[in-house]
Amino acid sequence: MRILSKLFSRRRRYDDIAVSIQEHIAERTEELMEEGMERKQAEQAAKREFGSVTQVAERSREEWQWPALESILADLKLTMRRLRKSPGFAVTVLLTIALGIGANTTVFSVVDGVLLKPLAYPDPGRLVALTLNAPGAGGLADFSSGLHLSPSMYLTFSEHNRIFQSMGVWTTGTASVTGLAQPEEVKTAGISEGVLETLGLLPTAGRWFSQGDQDPRGAKTVMLSYGYWQRRFGGDKSAIGRSIQVDAETREIVGVMPPGFKIVDKEFDLLVPTAFDTKNQKLAGFYLEGIGRLKPGVPLQQADADIARLIPVWMDSWSNGPGSNPHFYERWKITPAFRSLKQSVIGDVGKVLWTVMATVGLVMLIACTNVANLLLVRAESRQQELAIRAALGAGRIRIARELLTESVTLGLMGGVIAVGVAYAGLRLLTAIGPADLPRLNEVSLDLPALGFALLLSVLSGLLFGSIPALRYARAKASTAIGNANRTASAGRVRQKSRNVLVVAQVAMALVLLVSALLMIRTFAALRNVDPGFSDAPHIQTMHIWIPDLLVADPQTVTRQQNTIVDKLAAIPGVTSVGFAGAVPMENNDPNWDEIGVEGKHYEGGEPPLRLFNYVSPDYFKTVGTKLVAGRDFTWDDIYGMRPMVMVSENFARESWGSASAAVGKRVRQFSSMPWQEVIGVVQDVRQHGVDQDAPPTIYWAAMLNDPYTPKPTIDAPRAVTFAIRSNRAGNEVFLKEVQQAVWSVNSNLPLASVQTMQDLYGKSMARTSFTLVMLAIAGSMALALGIIGIYGVISYAVSQRTREIGIRLALGAQKSELKWLFVRSALLLTTTGVAIGLGTAAALMQLMKSLLFGISPLDPFTYIAVPFILIISAALASYLPARRAAAVNPVEALRAD
Amino acid sequence: MAKNPEHRDLFPGALEIMILQSLRLRPMHGYALVKHIKQVSDNLLQVEEGSLYPALQRMLREELLESETGLSAKGRPTRIYRLTEAGIRHLEQEVESFEKMFAGITRVLAVARV
Repeated sequence: MRILSKLFSRRRRYDDIAVSIQEHIAERTEELMEEGMERKQAEQAAKREFGSVTQVAERSREEWQWPALESILADLKLTMRRLRKSPGFAVTVLLTIALGIGANTTVFSVVDGVLLKPLAYPDPGRLVALTLNAPGAGGLADFSSGLHLSPSMYLTFSEHNRIFQSMGVWTTGTASVTGLAQPEEVKTAGISEGVLETLGLLPTAGRWFSQGDQDPRGAKTVMLSYGYWQRRFGGDKSAIGRSIQVDAETREIVGVMPPGFKIVDKEFDLLVPTAFDTKNQKLAGFYLEGIGRLKPGVPLQQADADIARLIPVWMDSWSNGPGSNPHFYERWKITPAFRSLKQSVIGDVGKVLWTVMATVGLVMLIACTNVANLLLVRAESRQQELAIRAALGAGRIRIARELLTESVTLGLMGGVIAVGVAYAGLRLLTAIGPADLPRLNEVSLDLPALGFALLLSVLSGLLFGSIPALRYARAKASTAIGNANRTASAGRVRQKSRNVLVVAQVAMALVLLVSALLMIRTFAALRNVDPGFSDAPHIQTMHIWIPDLLVADPQTVTRQQNTIVDKLAAIPGVTSVGFAGAVPMENNDPNWDEIGVEGKHYEGGEPPLRLFNYVSPDYFKTVGTKLVAGRDFTWDDIYGMRPMVMVSENFARESWGSASAAVGKRVRQFSSMPWQEVIGVVQDVRQHGVDQDAPPTIYWAAMLNDPYTPKPTIDAPRAVTFAIRSNRAGNEVFLKEVQQAVWSVNSNLPLASVQTMQDLYGKSMARTSFTLVMLAIAGSMALALGIIGIYGVISYAVSQRTREIGIRLALGAQKSELKWLFVRSALLLTTTGVAIGLGTAAALMQLMKSLLFGISPLDPFTYIAVPFILIISAALASYLPARRAAAVNPVEALRAD
Repeated sequence: MAKNPEHRDLFPGALEIMILQSLRLRPMHGYALVKHIKQVSDNLLQVEEGSLYPALQRMLREELLESETGLSAKGRPTRIYRLTEAGIRHLEQEVESFEKMFAGITRVLAVARV
């Protein structure tokens, strides 16, 4: 209020000052006249005595002002007026800044949402992912996040630990829900006691699971995700207490979790209690993810130490059945390697995101140098004005402040547009971002992101404004004024700051282009890898699970799967059908266990663990995995339970030297089990992604003796992925026909994860292609900005040196020599920039090593191609203005000014 | 900057205290103040107009003074400045501190002369 009334009364104050001064002079004049002076003389004398009326009035008024602010406002007005006068300059600069800040804000909001923001649980700092290291467990422990927990481990740890306030285990899966509408396959999370308590978020409706719900003989219950509740029950609270059929089992709905709630980083539709039978557990079965909430003040290392103490306890408390050695697992060297839950969720995506962030940051720097260059040119055209003002007594700081006001204003205006750019960019990014980018749904243009944009606007404004401000604020008045018009050519000093900027620009562009080209080369290298299947777009895959409550007998399961294969094969356009426990890149390993080769002696007495897969006849033919030696399974082999297996080529080579030598040899799982004959060898399959080595694999037939029961019992994999080779893969009509074919065999079977092999293949390269796209965009922006920079500098040099060119031409210089003069100076700048950039790139690319595949960070091709591209571009960019120089008419050039 | 080289610059706060003291006698307008100070000091002190008006505005802002519309000696409208309660208090404090300072300076000068 005080400030407001001050502002209102200010005008009155100003009037008062004017009146007082006027009266002062009038009175003095009259006095002088009384002393006998003429009126005119008296007035002049009075005014002379008084001094500058304007200055005294202004200084008096200033007592009522906030001087810094008001003169900044005046600068601002001036800036806006000048920008309106040169719209071309304003638009160029604003667009450059807006794109730069927009791109940075976009990537920052992703970095913030994914990497920086704490997880959306109460007190998330105390949440821990219970990952175990087990270097002796082979593929069972190394392909994802260490060794998973077994139920018996969970029971031991949760009973005896001293450091967790609560802990629990969970696993994800799918389940078919029947009894609501069409049978539907939904995402489930099986959670033990302690998981909800650890995460700490209360349900939106109903209640958490109780201890009774976790009793295998207790009530069968289920909880819903908020999304599923809305989708299937319209958000109706009366859903609590209703029952649904989950995998043919009736379960009562007891609660609904709040929107956005995930089990760690996994979305789900249903939460199902794991309901472990605490009496009958074995040591084995490592499939559970563990989480814990540390007691307040307990550090992570202490948790490691506490659980390390419990691993022997676990081995002593349980067994794998009579006759087995419970201390067998000592060879796995299991140690806790707990990580903060956030670290575990983010995984190694940080590398990709920081790389992209650094890249767009570099583009921003290049954009800033371009703008700085433009501002330098502009300031130069104002040089005389600035020099005159300096001569009239304007301080350096005053002039620098005015130049900085202009650049910061540009930065802020660009920042406003940038918010729009960032909004669009974010939508684009979430659309093209890799599907496995964790927490992508937590990314938004929120307050931190807007704050970042503001900060960047001001900083970039100061950055690109400081260069002209430093140059011109200290300009000596005499030289600038004296130097004005009639010089032959631009001073060396003036050109120098622009040259330095261009060199920096070229160097940064080179770094970006090198990184982009390395990613392109990586992508090409990945495309060249034979993944172990072929013609992926024409392979349709889908997941079908036959739960034992639906079909109890394993043999019937296999027969139904067989019938489904036959029905699918009969669909028009289908050339081949098969199924397997898991198709490549599905990120789902059916099993890992040990396999002993006949006649081979193993160090420590136990053979290493191998990847197991279970396949139907024709599966390999369908996905295009080549048969290297021997033959495929037949249905007769399967129904006859013949003791036969197939192996991957690398397993065959490792065990017997060559693929053909493997056929007829024998392997077995445990010493108590019969030998199995190798009937065929297939090519290696990159099961875990194109960039991961193919694991040596054993392929079992789709029906086999369960190795984990005391007596041989027939078992069949119930969750399998079907593969259909057809030109119609992915077509909607085709998918309807596929669904009908499956339902004609069993109408309670939902199809899940319906996708083509190409989708899986694409997903496995998603991070690489995402990084590639981002770096390619950044690289092309850098190249474009760099070319504009070179063009601008040479072009300006030509316009400044028109007189010199005129003199040279008049003295008989050849036009080609003149062109070369300018192209040469551009090439000199570029080569300097390239040299600096090459050194920088060679150092920086070491950091990108883990994102590369199949090429070195010092790939010679890249380091030759990029400088070549840059030098050619620079030559072209300078040739255009150089040609203009050669076209100068000497008479006009000398007459001008 | 004194126009007359015989007049030395006033030290900080001196102008202010003289304005306050003068206005304590009676409210005055700007020109009257200049004349008053000149007369009272027997022409020894001359107030700079360039300092007077900003100083008046500063003291107005600090609410040591208030201004009102009034008539000049020649009967034309102008602004008359008057001391406020705060102005009187401020003046008394300043006078006290000035007196201490003068006393100190005088003593030091007296000793130096011996």
